Amino acid sequence: MGRKLLTEHINVEGIDTLEVYRKHGGYRSVEKALKTMTPDEVVEEVKKSGLRGRGGAGFPTGMKWSFLAKPEGVPRYLVCNADESEPGTFKDRQLMSKLPHLLIEGMITSSYALGANTSYIYIRGELLYVLRILEKAIAEAYAAGFLGKNILGSGYDLDLHVHPGGGAYICGEETALLESLEGKRGNPRNKPPFPAVQGLYARPTVVNNVESIAAVPVIVNEGGDEYAKIGVGRSTGTKLISACGHLNKPGIYEIELGLPVEEFIYSDEYCGGIWKGRDLKAVVAGGSSVPILPKELILKTAAGENRLMTYESLSDGGFVTGTMLGSGGFIAMDETTCIVRNTWNFSRFYHHESCGQCSPCREGTGWMEKVLHRLEHGHGHMEDIDLLVSVAKQIEGNTICPLGEAAAWPVAAAVRHFRHEFEWHVTHAKEAAQPGAVYRAGTVLV
Amino acid sequence: MAKITFDGIEVEVPDGTTILNAARQIGGSIVPPAMCYYTPLKGSGGKCRACLVRVAAGSAKDPRPMPKLVASCVTPVQDGMVVENTTNPQVLDVRKGIVEMLLINHPLDCPVCDQAGECDLQNFAFEHGVSTTRYQEERRTFEKIDIGPLIQLHMTRCILCYRCVYTANQITDNRVHGVLGRGDAAEIGTYIENIIDNDFSGNVIDVCPVGALTDKTFRFKSRVWFTKPVNAHRDCPKCSGNVVLWYKGNDVLRTTARKDQYGEVKEWICNECRFEKKETSDWTIEGPAHIDRSSVISANHYELPVLNQSVVADLPASTQRDLEKNPPLKLGS
Repeated sequence: MGRKLLTEHINVEGIDTLEVYRKHGGYRSVEKALKTMTPDEVVEEVKKSGLRGRGGAGFPTGMKWSFLAKPEGVPRYLVCNADESEPGTFKDRQLMSKLPHLLIEGMITSSYALGANTSYIYIRGELLYVLRILEKAIAEAYAAGFLGKNILGSGYDLDLHVHPGGGAYICGEETALLESLEGKRGNPRNKPPFPAVQGLYARPTVVNNVESIAAVPVIVNEGGDEYAKIGVGRSTGTKLISACGHLNKPGIYEIELGLPVEEFIYSDEYCGGIWKGRDLKAVVAGGSSVPILPKELILKTAAGENRLMTYESLSDGGFVTGTMLGSGGFIAMDETTCIVRNTWNFSRFYHHESCGQCSPCREGTGWMEKVLHRLEHGHGHMEDIDLLVSVAKQIEGNTICPLGEAAAWPVAAAVRHFRHEFEWHVTHAKEAAQPGAVYRAGTVLV
Repeated sequence: MAKITFDGIEVEVPDGTTILNAARQIGGSIVPPAMCYYTPLKGSGGKCRACLVRVAAGSAKDPRPMPKLVASCVTPVQDGMVVENTTNPQVLDVRKGIVEMLLINHPLDCPVCDQAGECDLQNFAFEHGVSTTRYQEERRTFEKIDIGPLIQLHMTRCILCYRCVYTANQITDNRVHGVLGRGDAAEIGTYIENIIDNDFSGNVIDVCPVGALTDKTFRFKSRVWFTKPVNAHRDCPKCSGNVVLWYKGNDVLRTTARKDQYGEVKEWICNECRFEKKETSDWTIEGPAHIDRSSVISANHYELPVLNQSVVADLPASTQRDLEKNPPLKLGS
């Protein structure tokens, strides 16, 4: 049974209220940090913990914090990125709705460490009910003296605001999020300058994911070294995984990093195997933007070792045989899944969500989607398959923000690992256009 | 000051200069193309990705290469930086891809487009593109949108460089247009079908790199290479009054702001100068305008006989005969 650092009390009745949350040890980290530690000591603990950003990129959080410019007399900001909206990723939503005070506690401790006196939670607009929960919890925290002026008599002031976004996926990109928070169109900014130097209102800003911030209270309470003992290598601590697709028990699981993928899929403690007793075909391990891997590569690395749920193990072999842990959006596909249709579906999403600022992403995402639509509906040609790879290559790495890569990787990886399925869609055009065709084609494809 | 090496050529530029502007100090054909960057417009650049270059060494202190290609128009130089542009096959390959992408939703209607001859995309495609496209799908088209009596918006031709949006934001009090929608459904538009109405609105025509925004007082009157650019000025209470008049015979067909060799406006001009002063007598003529980048116009060698008499003697005999038959325009008549 793996340890649960964030979700231990998630099912306790009334844990979303301050009273119950405090009974279960809530806000201890605020008291400890504000009364016994300097901001730099908090940063040091986070560095020691080895915590890596849980939003997808996996950048070390403590290092990100230490990059924050600290000019005197200039406000600094902490912004929590709660704009989670990648297909397959739905862990932050649950964390915020069930444990709002954990996030608020993390925000207070983190803001103190960064010297920020105003912080924001930028939440996806569609999550209106979560926004209400957070607002209620923030009001409770203000009333109890955890927010506002002179918190717990420490002389530290903090105001915390929740800001709903307009429901654009691109606003989850940190600079687009800042633009949106400033009241502008949510277009990503050119980098440099990075937010740590010029972020919100051109001031030094740290943007962190909900889960990263929620881990900070645990790190402060237990100590960075203790936290770092969990996990494998540079993948420390626990991670929330939102598992969905053809699984017996889809849901949100907190795992210790280092758990074998096979155990995660098949053990009863986690996903309980593939539904209806079918065979696993492929997995997208970290949200729809990361490369898809076929069964044999998601369970074992190219070298034949067990694939572990860690940043390093999942990316073992680069994109040729590896993928990414990303945001932890674990999508399992059984043997009946049509990879072409699935790729087209992902591609539709990225085409729809591209902001349109830079030409490769604006034009390329639409181009890929249209070619995939053709292939899926039985109007494709063999050369379309190479065309897809070529267009994906033209987008990857050449855009302002990572949405270009997010759109290109799934397509390139699907062709790389399931080329035969794309070819089948060309050679069996009429059949391919019928729903369920791939399954009926049987072992030819799977 | 920072010393950088650009395609093997060393150049020293002030700190904070962008890679593109450092390359412009060297000049010539190694300068990366720029479709969206526009020096006078704050915040422009980084969008079209035409100017991507490879940074083979970040700086003298940290000589590691940058992992991805970078947009040279928005990336500042660092001392000791090594940049590859025309010498890097990856850069040239990407540029081909960018031309292909931009031409997906930009019609090749150059024969009927008023921007032909001074179109940045035409030049970019000529220098970096390929002659065929792999795109077979339906292309984006728009109904014509009326945005007032002076400017014609052809959204179908727009490549969403955002230059006109920055112009509207930065040089006038009234922001009346911007980008609506997103992705490949994004479009330049006035918010609720409106006209663009302010004293400096005509400048959006000058900054447009393609033929999406054209001058209604000039449309279809002439191809640009049949006109002759002449610098002129007038005492204008609103703007500097420094313009270029485009003559055909003795008629002023259109008025534009003066641009530098990279097609960037030097001084914004007002609508009165641009649209209303179409008589030679309204202006003090300075002399032929120097055009050196828009190849179609400069191909006429129009300026040579006037600007530098000594060069005339070196002209080929055939050109001299042409000049005798069609002597240079008498200015101010």
